[in-house]
Amino acid sequence: MPAIGNPQLRLLERLSNACAVSGDEGEVRKIVLAEIEGHADEVKVDALGNVLAVKKGSQRKRLRVMLSAHMDEVGFMLVADDGEGVFRFEVIGSIDPRQLPGKAVWVGRDHTPGVIGARPIHLTTAEERKRAIPVDSLRIDLGPGGKAKPGDRATFASPFRRLGPSLLGKALDNRLGVVTLIELLRNAPPNVDLLAAFTVQEEIGLRGAKVAAFALDPDLGIAVDATPAHDLPAWDGEPAPFYNTRLGLGPAIYVADRATLSDPRLVRWLTSTAESAGIPYQVRQPGGGGTDAGAIQRARAGVPAVSVSIPHRYPHTAASLARLDDWKNTLALLHTALSRLTPDVLAEER
Amino acid sequence: MPELLPFLKDLLSAPGLSIHEGPVAEMIRARWAPLVDEISLSRVGSLHALRKGTAAEPRPSVLIATHMDAIGLMVTRIEAGFLHITQVGGVDARVLPGQRVTVHGRQDLPGVVVQPSPRLLPPGFEESPVPLEYLLVDTGLPPRRVDDLVRVGDLVSFAQPPLELAGETIAGHTLDNRASVAALTVCLEGLQHCPHAWDVWAVATAAEEVGLIGASTSAFQLRPTLAIVLDVTFAKGPGASDWNTFPLGKGPTLVMGANMHPALHKALKDLADKLEIPYALEYAPTRSGTDASATQVTAEGIPSAVIGIPLRYMHTPVEVVAIKDIQRAGRLLAEFIAGLTPDFVEKITWDD
Repeated sequence: MPAIGNPQLRLLERLSNACAVSGDEGEVRKIVLAEIEGHADEVKVDALGNVLAVKKGSQRKRLRVMLSAHMDEVGFMLVADDGEGVFRFEVIGSIDPRQLPGKAVWVGRDHTPGVIGARPIHLTTAEERKRAIPVDSLRIDLGPGGKAKPGDRATFASPFRRLGPSLLGKALDNRLGVVTLIELLRNAPPNVDLLAAFTVQEEIGLRGAKVAAFALDPDLGIAVDATPAHDLPAWDGEPAPFYNTRLGLGPAIYVADRATLSDPRLVRWLTSTAESAGIPYQVRQPGGGGTDAGAIQRARAGVPAVSVSIPHRYPHTAASLARLDDWKNTLALLHTALSRLTPDVLAEER
Repeated sequence: MPELLPFLKDLLSAPGLSIHEGPVAEMIRARWAPLVDEISLSRVGSLHALRKGTAAEPRPSVLIATHMDAIGLMVTRIEAGFLHITQVGGVDARVLPGQRVTVHGRQDLPGVVVQPSPRLLPPGFEESPVPLEYLLVDTGLPPRRVDDLVRVGDLVSFAQPPLELAGETIAGHTLDNRASVAALTVCLEGLQHCPHAWDVWAVATAAEEVGLIGASTSAFQLRPTLAIVLDVTFAKGPGASDWNTFPLGKGPTLVMGANMHPALHKALKDLADKLEIPYALEYAPTRSGTDASATQVTAEGIPSAVIGIPLRYMHTPVEVVAIKDIQRAGRLLAEFIAGLTPDFVEKITWDD
């Protein structure tokens, strides 16, 4: 049974601090390839940069199970050089523009430090402060003579740290999923063929998972991701009706989001596993959002798919926050469920 | 001589919100103590350090004021483990979401300022800035632990670690005005090798950001002959290009206007020209917004001057300053003090 201990936390730290903006996932890919070396029967990097690793089981009548964890994160691309170490940038993935002013960033492969400043409050008017600062008025400033070039990617400069029972980092979405998938691959149960896809470009439209699912041709697919928790008190003190998920209640099993209607047999398999094994879980409130499961479900002639996500607050900001226990329970649920998976699950009526 | 940059980084990391400057004052005292003859705290928490001059008593004295207080936040309410906050000093709430902070509770707790999802806010905040009253601090701790460790009124400091940027610049919070504290330190170190006739009061003032409290009380208590205020000013850069902004890394500003005595201003300017220290002229038509607004009108009035260190993104956690400008401001001050003759004050006259 795999577990989350100090080695896994150190790996999460390295991966959360690594920069892998959609389309430029090399830094995370390199770590993933090193971590899974010797733990898979086949490993390849495909045309988009997905890492596809296959660990065959040993029992008879094995299902081919695709597990997908996206490597990419939201961030920025430098698009024009204003001179003197100052650059215009575009946002990659959905980042609320209100999260940008006053932040430190890491630019390029070397994590060159820079800042996204804001006009001093002394030079703003009350009227101006009622409006969000438009992205096109912001710049990434590396300091006079700072070296970078248009095309370089950047992320929030936000080192991972632990806060009591919680984890804080810029890219918990989805390095939590990446470490989970690495652990599952290293501890693959013998009753399945485990097809691990460490995917690219999830944040800009599930593009890596689309070709990964085609190539792996699985019997079923599970996206392992991080999902928002809006479990804060609402402004009027009332309990929030649309919290999506809540920290501390365990892995979030998806029934429906904008990209996927989860296969009901897989939902039942996961929830009954959790209940019989005494692992806490929650059903993510149906609604918007999307994971790699959406692309997997549509692959080839169709693939039964579901998502299991680790809840985290403040997604796509410099500092998202998750609970260590939720992560542990997510890994436990997935491993326990995979270990009891037989073709009968898909033979059930939907 | 200890290096400047590590000291400046330490200064940035030391807590010291307005009127709660204790930790940073202690750090400055440790660095200044070997450089001065006497050092003590004022009744409101300003640090007074005296270097005695060589002139016969009663000696004239010059007060150098650098405010050491930081802007930040304060806990107003605790709800379900989350902290509601207000500001200490002028904070644009638009730079707060996603900022790392330290909550100074029964113990220091790391945390982050968070902007709740629009679904948790009244209508109208899908895209508009979320005002401070709706922002929260999350420490990642369970509610009971937060209730044990945090009280209403606890202070919250910014925790963005300092970053060294290109072109010998540094980014961080509270460079306003710890950059000037560092410049005054450069000055005091420079004076180790220069005898000076005048007494020098190096003062790290308290509570500038909330109404110049330290400067007015220190100027009254010490009653200097002259006061020179060292503070940051607006550097040119993204979002700031108007007449009241100055190039980063091209020297300090010498400020002229109603708060500044013209003869004192001219003396500084002439000296900078003579020493070939680059500078820019800054114009503060009415109140300068610095400690000089207070020193000038203390007691019977004190001739005051202001030197500015250009800084980008003022009052954000990623303010940017050029190290060279800090060194130039410190050197100009030291040279000015070393050159003060016992009768200099007679030159501070009105050229009418």
